[in-house]
Amino acid sequence: MSAETTRRIEAHLGRRARWRISEIVFWLALLAVIFAFPSRAALINEILVAGLFALSLDLILGLAGIVSLGQAAFLGVGAYAAAILASWDQADPTLGLAAGALAAAVVGFATAPLLLRGADLTRLMVTLGVSLLLGELANRNGWLTGGADGLEFSMGKVLGRFPIGFTGQRNAALYSFAVLFVLFALARRLRQSPFGLALAAIRENRLRAGALGIATSWRIVAIYAVSAAYAGAAGALLAQTTQIVSLDLFDFHRSADVMLMLIIGGAGWLYGGIIGAGVFIVLRDVISAATPEYWEFWIGLLLVVLVMVGRDRLQEYVRRAASRVALRLARDAA
Amino acid sequence: MSGPALEARGLVRQFGALLATGNVSFALEPGARQALIGPNGAGKTTLINLLTGVIRPTEGRVFLQGRDVTAFSASERVRLGLSRTFQINQLFPHLTPIESLGLAISERNRSGADFWRVAGTRPAIVAEIEDLLTRFGLEAEMDQPTHTLPYGKQRLLEIALALATRPRVLLLDEPAAGVPEEERQDILAALAALPSDVAILLIEHDMDLVFTFATRISVLVAGRLLTEGKPEDIAKDERVRAVYLGEDGHG
Repeated sequence: MSAETTRRIEAHLGRRARWRISEIVFWLALLAVIFAFPSRAALINEILVAGLFALSLDLILGLAGIVSLGQAAFLGVGAYAAAILASWDQADPTLGLAAGALAAAVVGFATAPLLLRGADLTRLMVTLGVSLLLGELANRNGWLTGGADGLEFSMGKVLGRFPIGFTGQRNAALYSFAVLFVLFALARRLRQSPFGLALAAIRENRLRAGALGIATSWRIVAIYAVSAAYAGAAGALLAQTTQIVSLDLFDFHRSADVMLMLIIGGAGWLYGGIIGAGVFIVLRDVISAATPEYWEFWIGLLLVVLVMVGRDRLQEYVRRAASRVALRLARDAA
Repeated sequence: MSGPALEARGLVRQFGALLATGNVSFALEPGARQALIGPNGAGKTTLINLLTGVIRPTEGRVFLQGRDVTAFSASERVRLGLSRTFQINQLFPHLTPIESLGLAISERNRSGADFWRVAGTRPAIVAEIEDLLTRFGLEAEMDQPTHTLPYGKQRLLEIALALATRPRVLLLDEPAAGVPEEERQDILAALAALPSDVAILLIEHDMDLVFTFATRISVLVAGRLLTEGKPEDIAKDERVRAVYLGEDGHG
């Protein structure tokens, strides 16, 4: 045993645990954006909520390698749980947030066993099927959900002090920011833990993970429920900050968009969902202002380029181009 | 503990009309160094899968240290002390040896579901990772992604991972398969240094390795145990020579 080797092993295992400067800068910049663009608070809020939604997908896809085209199911369940609670005059946002996350976690836990068998295609179809099913249930039970009309309700103040919604859009964005940050920090912690390491093992080689004594099925169920809770929290935030819910929350396009966002930002490193949501929503905003009909064309092109060229190579191009520009600037200055 | 470490009683496995395993009974004593040999298609892999719980037998029972584990899943059997290595590497390509071993050790400690503690903060686990890395000569590569390791080192990691579960019984499925000649000595040395109280069943094609390592040999032919005995008796057995060793066999 050498002290040097021991130290290196500890450092290696804990290497992602410390917050890096670039991460702190990222979060401060995100917070600064909320204060810098008060007129765009609604758009920023949408990005933050979508970022949380994409983070929920990253927990299963990025960490455990479980694909899903039905993440909207949990977004919808969380949103409706928070909305129904508010329509019963339980308007405290924190309570609604917890209810949304919990309701989605329960549904996630109950449907997770469907994911344990079969390959990726099976999982895509099963998750898609579950989201269709829940959407139809919400449609049929109008007494609870308002059916096709949706629900309108008013929200209380966050922590009893800060009004959110149309009268307090910046507060809404700050509320979403706070929830996103706390849940992100939890996810980051989870990724560092033995549990996170076991998920990586399941993703890399489920056969061997089982041969090391890991109860792989239970771990998959657990992370799927956590992911559902995150999506449910995103749904609750969406309901609370827009003060309306409708059946389109369960729509397929929601599940597809969130997958797009995560692929754009990159799965597995937890920041990908937030960055992808930002790119996706800002692009949609900019392009649809210029050419309202064709914005999906450009998103589609971006997706094809990302997948065909590969994100690593794309990043390498950008890095090389940037260093070339920096070099030229330095030469010009000299 | 008295009695065999691992025992199979009347194992039968049928795939449709195909009888892959036909009434196999055998016992592995604590600390045994036993080899299982047989020509291709003899059903060695099926037998391993039956013993480790990857598939269930059509008939028969499996006992691990006297306990009937026939109904137990593969991962439950690992937690009770039955571990294995794979003929084709089954590693975690993008995890490092440190991470892979840490994972195996924390699973054994029942702290693998811990979602709050940062990995690498338990001195006992770190010390055990270091011990295994040293024993298998993997310190130089310990923080490199597994898929970048030389093949021989990956084979060593296969064995180290199985050992990290602290097995009472270890099944080694062709540990030297595909290892280049210059790295073979490392594998042989690692096998010789395995803890003497662990019962080991070696499944191997390489007769040099079998006759160096094993003190007892079982011969499997067409899903049935043909014979079992000391290496020198097996080498002399005419039936074994006929079906397996062929003209260029030992003896």
